[in-house]
Amino acid sequence: MKQFEYTIKDPVGIHARPAGLLGKKAKEFEGTVVTIEKGDKSAAATKLMALMGLGVKCGDTVTIKIEGGDEDAAAAAIEAFLNENL
Amino acid sequence: MIKYTGKGVYGAVAIGKVSVFKRQTASVEKVRITDPEAEKARVTAAKEKATEQLQAIYEKALAEVGEEEAAIFEVHMMMLEDEDYNDAINDMIDSELVNAEFAVASARDTFAAQFSAMDDSYFQARAADIKDISDRLLNCLADNGASSELAGDKMVVCSDDLAPSETVSLDKSKVLAFATAYGSSNSHTAILARNMNIPAVIGLGKEFLEGIADGHKICVDGYTGEVFVNPDEDTVARLTKKRDEDLEKKNRLKELIGKDNVTIDGTKINVFCNIGGPKDIPLVNENDGGGIGLFRSEFLYLENSDFPSEEQQFEAYKNVLESMKGKKVIIRTLDIGADKKVDYFNLDDEENPAMGVRAIRICLTRPEIFKTQLRALFRASVYGDLGIMFPMITSESEISEIMGFCDIIKAELDTHGIPYADNIELGIMIETPAAAVISDKLAPMVDFFSVGTNDLTQYTLACDRQNPKIERFVDTHHEAVLRLIEMAAKAAHDNGKWIGICGELGADTSLTERFLRMGINELSVSPPSVLKVRDKVRSIDLSK
Repeated sequence: MKQFEYTIKDPVGIHARPAGLLGKKAKEFEGTVVTIEKGDKSAAATKLMALMGLGVKCGDTVTIKIEGGDEDAAAAAIEAFLNENL
Repeated sequence: MIKYTGKGVYGAVAIGKVSVFKRQTASVEKVRITDPEAEKARVTAAKEKATEQLQAIYEKALAEVGEEEAAIFEVHMMMLEDEDYNDAINDMIDSELVNAEFAVASARDTFAAQFSAMDDSYFQARAADIKDISDRLLNCLADNGASSELAGDKMVVCSDDLAPSETVSLDKSKVLAFATAYGSSNSHTAILARNMNIPAVIGLGKEFLEGIADGHKICVDGYTGEVFVNPDEDTVARLTKKRDEDLEKKNRLKELIGKDNVTIDGTKINVFCNIGGPKDIPLVNENDGGGIGLFRSEFLYLENSDFPSEEQQFEAYKNVLESMKGKKVIIRTLDIGADKKVDYFNLDDEENPAMGVRAIRICLTRPEIFKTQLRALFRASVYGDLGIMFPMITSESEISEIMGFCDIIKAELDTHGIPYADNIELGIMIETPAAAVISDKLAPMVDFFSVGTNDLTQYTLACDRQNPKIERFVDTHHEAVLRLIEMAAKAAHDNGKWIGICGELGADTSLTERFLRMGINELSVSPPSVLKVRDKVRSIDLSK
C-alpha cells in the first residue's frame, strides 16, 4: 500500500465536479483501491456521494491510500490530478 | 383584468396564453412486488433514459449558455452512476420487495437528508442535486415526458424564477415571452430572453404567481415592465397595436442593413459589436456590425481547465481576425475576478470582489499570465486589424507598466524574427471614476478609450450590479456618470484620440444624441442592437 497527504487548495473544497473526475481517474486503475481519509472518516475515491459526504473543505489535509494493482502509477496519477484540480 | 409591474429585460410586446412552469414531482406509492429482478431492470432502464436526457441538456447548455453553467449536468450524470446511491435503491428492492419508485424516493430522501445535515452551505446545497436527479429518475420510471413540456405553442412562460437547467430545457420555439415573480436583470431568464429577442418581465412579485393559471390570457410589455392577466378589450387592442408597430419597426430596421452610420449633418460614427466568443461572429455579420468593439477574451479561460496556452490563444485570436476580414477587432485582455471565477486561478474569496483582485490587477500581479496573452495577441495581429484594450485602469503607472510589457513582448518577437503588425491600437477601458477624472493624463499614453458604462455606473453610484435589492437606486442615466463620460471624451479629443462606449448604455438610444454631441466616435453594442442604433444615428442632426 502507498499513502500520501494532500492539502486542498480549491476554495470550495472537494466539490461535485472534481470529485466526479477524481472517481473517473481512480477507475482507470483496475485492481487498485483508492481511499480518501479525512479524520476518522473515509471514502472510496470512486464513490462520488460518499466522497462529497466527507465534506472536505479548502485547507483540509486528507490522506490518500492506494492499494493493489499498479500502486506507483496510480499514486502518481492521483497526485497529479489533485495538484491540478483541487 | 389584473396588472402587475416588474422590470422589462427585453423590449418587445407579446400577447398570448399563460403556461405556468411546472416542476413535476411524480407521486410515489409503495407497492409490494414479487419480481425484484424486473424492478431493478426498470431502474436500469430509467437510469439510461435519465442519462440520455442529461446528456442532451448538457450539450444544449454548452451551446447556449456556456461551459460553466453546463458543468452541473455533467455532475448529475456522475451522481446517477454513484455506487452507493444505486446500491441503496437495489438493496431496498431486494430486501423489502418494493417497487422501483418507492426505492428511488427512499434513496433520494436518505441521501438528501445526509447532505442537508452537513455543516457547509456548499455541501448542503447538493441535497437539491440529489432531489433533482432522483425526481428525474422517477419521471423516467413513470415514463413522463421532459418535465418542462409546455402546454401548447406560443406560450408565455410564467414562473417564480427559472433555474438554468429549466431555462435550457425549454423548447424555445414555443416560448412567446417570459414573466417571472423574482429574478434580477442578470438572471438566466433575462440573459436568455435578450439572446432570443423575446419579451420578458421579471420581478413581478409573489402576488403574480397567485393571480395566474394555465390558459389565462396575458399581455407582456417588455418596454414598460407591465403584465396584464385577463386583459380587457381596450388593453388588448392597445398592446396589439403596440406589438404590431414594434414588429414593423424591427422589420424596418432590417432595411438599414448595408447603410452607413451617418447623421443628417454628415457625421460618421462606428457602430461595432460586443461579443463573448467566436460563436457570436455570425450574429455580428447578420446584424451588419462594422467591427468588434469589445471581444471578451474570458471565454478562453472559462472554457479551460488550466491556463490556455499561447498557441491555443493565438489560434483563437487569429480565427476571429480572419473571419472579420480586415474589419476592426478590439480584444479586451483577461477580465476575470473573484466574481467570475475560474478554479485554476486559485483566487481567494474576497469580501468585495468588484473592488478586488480582478482584470488588469491579476495581469500585473501575475505577469506570466499576462505575457502569454500579449504574445498570442501580437502574433495574431498580422491576420487583421487588431486593437487591444486593457480593463480596470485607474492610474498612469498601470499604463506605463502595461506598455513596458508590450515592449518586452515586441523585443522578444523581434529576436525570434516573429512578425507582428505595426499598427496595433492599444487602448484602455474607462470604467473607474478615477480613470475618467484623470483622462487628460491617460489620453496621451494610449491610442483610444472605450467606456465600460456598467462598471463605471457601479463604481460611481456605489451600487453593486449583482444585487437585485438595490436596482431602484441604480439610475443608469445618472448625470454623474454622463459627466464622467463627457470628461473622458474631451480628454480623448484634446489629444487627438478616439473614444467609444462598449457598455450597455451604448445601445440606449435615448442617450445616443447626447453621446454624439459629446463627440463619442464609436458605439459598441450587442449584435441585435446595431440596427436600432444605426436608425437613431441617422435621425440625428448635430448642426441644430
